[in-house]
Amino acid sequence: MTRVRHAGRRRAGRTTPSLSRIGLGVLGVAGVAAVFELIPRAGLVSPHYLPPTSAMLEALGREAATAAFWRALLDTARGWALGLVIAVAAGAVAGVVIGSRRGLRAATASTIEFLRPIPSVALIPVAVLLYGAQLRSTLLLVVYASFWPVLLQVIHGVADVDPVARDTALSYRLSRWVTIRHLILPTALPYLMTGVRLSAAVALILAITAELVIGAPGLGHEIEVARASSAVPVLYALIFVVGLLGVAVNVGFRALERRVLAWHPSVRREAAA
Amino acid sequence: MTHALRSLARALALPAVLFALWGLVSAGSKSFYLPPLHAILGVFGSTWSSRLTSDVLPSIGRLLIGYAGAVIAGVALGVPLGGRPRLRAALEPALELFRAIPPPALVPVFMLLFGIGTPMKLLVIVSGAVWPVLLNTIEGVRAVDEVLSDTCRCYGITGLTRLRVLVLRGASPQIVTGMRQALSIAIILMVISEMFASSSGLGYAIVDFQRAFSIPQMWSGILLLGALGVVLSLGFGVFEARALRWYHGQRSEHREGG
Repeated sequence: MTRVRHAGRRRAGRTTPSLSRIGLGVLGVAGVAAVFELIPRAGLVSPHYLPPTSAMLEALGREAATAAFWRALLDTARGWALGLVIAVAAGAVAGVVIGSRRGLRAATASTIEFLRPIPSVALIPVAVLLYGAQLRSTLLLVVYASFWPVLLQVIHGVADVDPVARDTALSYRLSRWVTIRHLILPTALPYLMTGVRLSAAVALILAITAELVIGAPGLGHEIEVARASSAVPVLYALIFVVGLLGVAVNVGFRALERRVLAWHPSVRREAAA
Repeated sequence: MTHALRSLARALALPAVLFALWGLVSAGSKSFYLPPLHAILGVFGSTWSSRLTSDVLPSIGRLLIGYAGAVIAGVALGVPLGGRPRLRAALEPALELFRAIPPPALVPVFMLLFGIGTPMKLLVIVSGAVWPVLLNTIEGVRAVDEVLSDTCRCYGITGLTRLRVLVLRGASPQIVTGMRQALSIAIILMVISEMFASSSGLGYAIVDFQRAFSIPQMWSGILLLGALGVVLSLGFGVFEARALRWYHGQRSEHREGG
């Protein structure tokens, strides 16, 4: 009895969010906004340090009317997108090469495990020295950080190819390209999409970090300028925008994943349930 | 034994080759920014032995405290959120927004609210590293086996015992996955929090060397950070193997049986 009820509830939550769910979500957001409005107004924290929500939104409105704000947003988006594309392309190619050969996989496993945990921020001084406060500094950090999730996922995905299907492809002497197109790609695609989704979020973090710390143009740099000039409401407004950007990236890539993998059993099952 | 030695040799082969290659290629390097490897290793000892107590250990201490705080906060918030669908529905959009804010962007806010001392740095680490733990805990608690949950109810197991033997146990594979992701985030945020306004710490030291154009010292710091990341990741692997021994055992049994 309980199990049926549980299953029903989960199903309702997964397909189209029910009206009450949306209502609760809106209520939650409104509640958080109200808390941040009341804390400074009640004097718990000085409004100089934590402006009320209304002041933050007002600053956001003023910012949105300036060209500099949109230019910074565009700069951030450009660094993020370029870095992500480079990292995904490099990670996918390297992943297919490494993943399809057993010996290569064993030989590189430790090197990847050694390189991956090196924090990408350790490269910040190198980026400053080599490129200065430019887009290329951002790219160096973004590409380094978002390369690894793609690489690891693709290696796993390529290694996951069904041995029977692989032998069949060999028996039929399918050409290398046909094998990649019809065997390796469909198997590895779900893994690749997971890697891309993870990398997209990481890339945004690193893009903002590079702008913030190195001073490459973009929203991160605007945040640092707002901090240095004590424009506190603007500071909060910009952070809010960066958060919205992050939400857009997360939601967008989850939707993309569902579209690209619409044929895949894992997604089909979810939609049918 | 020979098998273990062989796999160790295979694991170390390519890193050793790459390192040797770096040493050889850079040996005659006249480039100011890319000094030869032996110059970097030459300054390594003298640079960091004097900074061990003033920079390296405080950094690692802050990292561990902040990380522990993030794990505790993530699990403590994740258990009630995972167990209550209505609470989750109410807080999910707001959490989604806070999670999406890149943690380094919060450094200026924390500087404003808490100054530039240790509390600010700890908060930066916690605020970024808490998310993977929180989200994975929520998912883990949601996915707790319903038969086991009903069994607990039948036997009247409630309260702390239920939390310990059912909820945390059942969610622990997910929680550990979150902890692994949180660890690498925590290292990054430790470095970033020190790069801003600080007078001690690994991140500060590296930026300081870069500003003073002490390039070999700067590279030695980058090597040290990389080594720290590798050591923590290896240590976490040991912890995971111990903490989840029951889980991995169960899974390999399933695989053999199926």
